[in-house]
Amino acid sequence: MTTTTTPPADRVDRAAVSAKPRRVRSGSVIGSTGLYLATGIAALLFLIPFYLIVRNALMTDPEITGEEWKWFPTDIQWGNVSEPFDDPSVDFARSLWNSAVVGVLHTVGVLLFCSLAGYGLARIPYKHANKVFYMVLGTLMVPTAVTFVPSFVLVSSLGWIDTYRGLIIPGLFSGFTCFLFRQYFLGFPKELEEAARVDGLGYMGAYWRVVVPNSLNFFAAMATITFISGWNSFLWPLVIGQDPSAWTVQVALSNYTTGQTVNFHLIFMATAISILPLVFVFLFLQRWLVQGIAQTGIKG
Amino acid sequence: MSTITKDGVSSPAAAKASPAKPRRGLRGSPTFNFWLFTGPFLIGLAIFVYLPILWSLYLSFFEARFTVTPSEFIGLDNYVTMLTDEEFIRSLVTFTIFAVFIVPLTWGTSLGLALMVNRLRFMRAFFRSVFFLPTAVSYVAASLVWKMSIFSGVRFGMMNTFLSLFGIDNTAWLASPDPPWYWLVILTVRLWLQAGFYMILFIAALQNIPQELYEAASIDGAKRGWQTFWHITLPQLRATSTAVILLLLVAAYQAFDEFFNLLNKTTWGRPPLVELYYKALGDSQDYGAGSAGALILTVLICLVTLLQGKFLGFGRGEESK
Repeated sequence: MTTTTTPPADRVDRAAVSAKPRRVRSGSVIGSTGLYLATGIAALLFLIPFYLIVRNALMTDPEITGEEWKWFPTDIQWGNVSEPFDDPSVDFARSLWNSAVVGVLHTVGVLLFCSLAGYGLARIPYKHANKVFYMVLGTLMVPTAVTFVPSFVLVSSLGWIDTYRGLIIPGLFSGFTCFLFRQYFLGFPKELEEAARVDGLGYMGAYWRVVVPNSLNFFAAMATITFISGWNSFLWPLVIGQDPSAWTVQVALSNYTTGQTVNFHLIFMATAISILPLVFVFLFLQRWLVQGIAQTGIKG
Repeated sequence: MSTITKDGVSSPAAAKASPAKPRRGLRGSPTFNFWLFTGPFLIGLAIFVYLPILWSLYLSFFEARFTVTPSEFIGLDNYVTMLTDEEFIRSLVTFTIFAVFIVPLTWGTSLGLALMVNRLRFMRAFFRSVFFLPTAVSYVAASLVWKMSIFSGVRFGMMNTFLSLFGIDNTAWLASPDPPWYWLVILTVRLWLQAGFYMILFIAALQNIPQELYEAASIDGAKRGWQTFWHITLPQLRATSTAVILLLLVAAYQAFDEFFNLLNKTTWGRPPLVELYYKALGDSQDYGAGSAGALILTVLICLVTLLQGKFLGFGRGEESK
């Protein structure tokens, strides 16, 4: 960054000397230096929490809680990496596995149910389609988090507490995701499907062979968003996972602080490990993700 | 929605589409297919969304402690209990304070970030990623960092270390409601986590503003900067702003994770969901009162959402002037 900001800096003076009213030209050098400076500072602030997680994860407890604030560990404690897995009080490996299972199945299920329903609502001419659509829209008015008490009551009477079924199935029917798919399919070029229909495919055939393969970008974006929200969700897993063997990684993390002794480096190592899969997902799928969010139709 | 297909009435390719004819029965009919596509989703929706709400309605009229099978019909007692329950009312106040701060704060920050990133000439993708990255972090994880590293109430906490440079004494950020420093912790954690997501929405909207508008404005003598921002950018972002504010409000209503993890069992700073959580699943396990509370909350959310939509809708005329 320094290399890009310094050269403009001396041109700033020249601009000032020439006594030109500098606000007129938009791309003025002062403007762009200031812009990069402000953006850089904001970026640093946004990165500090990530840095702290890594710093704490690789320090010893005395260093973290020492009198003096240290930006860098004196000795990087690579041995800390295995500690969350050796800690007997929380079965961290199990919680990661639970989260992975729940996250993947949740994503597959949501994509399947919501994309089919979204397509049906967007494209199949049925006279009551609008009424059905309003039924789906209505659920958006009731935030899922508010229904956790009644949902808990239902799931517990089904005997699904502490099970994958209980963790996954109730969350599959997202009115919001269905709505997003509908919006997307409304904008999908009709000609492609019509060609497939003329060639003798039914609705299902056209959907699987033409619509889905041509919508992989959008599916990838929705998969990423769904997986992230599944991996990060806390309230529902907290309510359903009453036995430690059914904890997801977020519930496990939350439980670290309630123990008698606070083991700083262990907590932060566990936190770092819990974030890692998503950071990878982010870095690799960023393009789709941003595109997907931008084209969800939220922008109205 | 043109009725393409089946009977080939509107299709010029009708003659060629003879292979479509044999499937004119049930399998080819739009009605059958509509239900085939939407049926599984709708059944799930009915069981896992509508049924719980109805059941909740039913439960809320009954005495149901420590059991999900209601025992005794008590009419509106649960509602009266909740509406006269000081803690529940206080949780609504907590939410109101939270929303009043977090909604404009996030709106302003995400719009600001979007404007900055959008004006960058190089490293745009890099900065966008940096601001967007916190979206990957869970509220639980972020709360741990905020509580144990940045805003921990002891000397070695980052904020306290920083403030001690200016001779400011240690502050116990979360440990007491007076002064209410815990708000600073709660607001910053949520701001960090969600600003990047809304920034993306604003960037998308900014890129959709036709460049000609700015060119026309500069011909008319408008100065770049505040003038174009007020008269072109902001009005052009109206639809996105409305959507963002709505989403922020709904998200604020669902606040649970950071309050639960930052404040543990303290009695202050409990938004409605945390309050309901302790009420329904805490020591008393009062599902009847919990259900009543959830329904009161649902009605409130619907009202606020509708009002907000109306309010911002009415604002349209004035703003575009």
